[in-house]
Amino acid sequence: MNAITTPITQTPGAWSLPYKGKVAMACLIIAESSIFTIFVVAYLFYVGKSLAGPTPREVLETPIFYTICLLSSSLTIHFASRFLERGNRAVFLGLLFLTILLGSLFLFGTGQEWHRLIYEHGLTISTNLFGTTYYSLVGLHATHVTVGLLMLGIALLLGLAGRVGPEQSARVDVLTMYWHFVDAVWIVVFTVVYVLGR
Amino acid sequence: MSSDAMAIRAAEASGKPWVETLHEWVTTVDHKRLGILYIVFALIFLIIGGVEATVMRIQLMRPHNGFVSPQVFNRLFTMHGTTMIFFVAMPVLFGFANYLVPLMIGARDMAFPRLNAFSFWLTAFGGFLLYFSFVGGSGLYGAGNAPDVGWWAYAPLTARAFSPGHSSDYWTIAVLVSGFGSIGTAINIIATILCMRCPGMKLGRMPLLIWLNLVMSGMVLITITPLSAAQIMLLVDRYLGGHFFDTQAGGSAAIWMHFFWIFGHPEVYILIIPCFAFMSEIIPVFSRKPIFGYPVMVGATVCIGFVSMSVWAHHMFTIGMSSYSNAFFTLTSMVVGVPTGIKIFNWLGTMWGGKLIFKTPMLFCIGFLFQFLIAGLTGIMLAVSPFDWQLSGSYFVVAHFHYVIVGGILFSLFAAFYCWYPKITGRMLNEFLGKLHFWLFLIGFHMTFDVMHIPGILGMPRRIYTYEPGRGWDTLNLIVTIGTFIQGIAVLVFVTNLIYSYFKGPEAGNDPWDAWTLEWSVSSPPPEYNFATIPTVASRRPLWDRKHPEDPDSRYE
Repeated sequence: MNAITTPITQTPGAWSLPYKGKVAMACLIIAESSIFTIFVVAYLFYVGKSLAGPTPREVLETPIFYTICLLSSSLTIHFASRFLERGNRAVFLGLLFLTILLGSLFLFGTGQEWHRLIYEHGLTISTNLFGTTYYSLVGLHATHVTVGLLMLGIALLLGLAGRVGPEQSARVDVLTMYWHFVDAVWIVVFTVVYVLGR
Repeated sequence: MSSDAMAIRAAEASGKPWVETLHEWVTTVDHKRLGILYIVFALIFLIIGGVEATVMRIQLMRPHNGFVSPQVFNRLFTMHGTTMIFFVAMPVLFGFANYLVPLMIGARDMAFPRLNAFSFWLTAFGGFLLYFSFVGGSGLYGAGNAPDVGWWAYAPLTARAFSPGHSSDYWTIAVLVSGFGSIGTAINIIATILCMRCPGMKLGRMPLLIWLNLVMSGMVLITITPLSAAQIMLLVDRYLGGHFFDTQAGGSAAIWMHFFWIFGHPEVYILIIPCFAFMSEIIPVFSRKPIFGYPVMVGATVCIGFVSMSVWAHHMFTIGMSSYSNAFFTLTSMVVGVPTGIKIFNWLGTMWGGKLIFKTPMLFCIGFLFQFLIAGLTGIMLAVSPFDWQLSGSYFVVAHFHYVIVGGILFSLFAAFYCWYPKITGRMLNEFLGKLHFWLFLIGFHMTFDVMHIPGILGMPRRIYTYEPGRGWDTLNLIVTIGTFIQGIAVLVFVTNLIYSYFKGPEAGNDPWDAWTLEWSVSSPPPEYNFATIPTVASRRPLWDRKHPEDPDSRYE
């Protein structure tokens, strides 16, 4: 045992530790999951407890198309970072742009739904418990999508300026983790709001 | 060589205009300076919070006292609780973590120095915001200025109707902002520990302080965030007309309690685990023995981390939960005592047969062991739900958690100050003043908080601003107040010691305690870059190995 451990400590090349960006992002994701958990619990706890309408059953429409947009953007960003790793910057930029497009489309869908709820059904955040929990949960997620889009946008701008090469792929991977998280949260929010909560 | 370099830097520093020095401190991203900023910030707030406590004790000294009005009393206990938890205990522990973690794992800085500075300033501005409420909080209504809803701010009280003006908003935003700061620091500590260790510092060789701060930071990620979420909900309620906690619209007041205590109870462990960390470093050095049961200590800490997240509703036995919930939370609250007990036995096992050195840090450690044990025992009593129904909301509870926070957390913090002050400043703290501080504080502490249990059992509720004479509480309350003053004097002795020793204390040298962890291998105070060459370690006590090449620890690993 001793004979095995000693040489390892003497050759610094054998000493490798995880990349700090990934660890930090994993930590942030744990913290964010905790925030979302509380909002999801509040949503589920208050399902059906509104004293006045409108109720989810009456007004919600399942946003299948926009969900597909957001979930497929996880694939595009994944392949974008793989292509960057291999040094194919043109495809990387194309896929990154596609990711931003799909994410923006999703955000547009959320905006459209909110517009419909507010102007057609008169549902605002202060109308009833459903309004309060719905807008804060979906809004919290939309905020995260917006932040993600901003960061992807910065990556795209830097990429267009020719500043993103294979040596930055670890950093793009960190961004990818965040984007996957945003998508995964949507699966939970979707299930809670549009499937269980109706 | 290194002392030459230090002399040059000291000469440079003395020649600098003070604006430049100030600018350096404000814009610093060095983990040591940020650690000191955290600690100084916390000490200032400790004095403020302590003055608030003293004013409350003067008010309660005798029945029908009119020292402060009921409204001011409400503000005092709210500000005292919020200040002590969020702006004293958290920052001071983060400060020590900031200072010690990179030094102990052989790194030159934290993983993200700028995030580190950002987190500190978030916490600092949170504190300033909370206290700005005294001048800015009255708002349009001429309503009360500082927050007065209690540090847990139960739901109907914080509704617009019952808390007009902006006092509750200051509380919410201050806590939210400092919470973001805590999350940033926790991420930083975890990334530093996992990614910045020097060669050879495997997880199983990290000092226990590192392990415990890792667990603490993990808990911060999972348990500060529910509070942030609840604060966001409260802001939605107060500013956007939401109904999360609005019982008039079908909302629930109890869900705020759940969200708050999901944060609130693990928070106690977030505070105490770094204190366990100080114990686990100081007791071995001052017993001249390596820590007893290292793997068990790590396991027990991780176990506490998990179990403490499922005990929160023991704060809510009196709100009428189902008997299943009561049984569950009674059980988990008792279970969490088991790993904690294991730790106490391990510290005793470390001291057993050791060559004990009764310097001030060790005295505070021994005080901690006794008092934390008693605090744990009253905790077990309160975990029994029928007992809790009787005493919840009484001074017995106040005495219990102050036993944990003062008798446990504050005592271990004092131990940490006496142990690491020489490293931070390069000067030893005065031993006579230290012993005076210890004995005065010990006497004051026991006068206050031992006696405080009794009016609680006699039925004195917490948060009352005065009471009727002749209920058997009068003398007891007077004794409690006298004890508070003795503690106050002890803290003044401590502050005097900090300031006096900074200028007049004897030079500490690199390693005044003949300790075994890496921070003692560099000069005191350490150079900006910490380590000229990154060290390589082969055991849990790298400095022991270096001092005793004939019998290194690495031989037994």
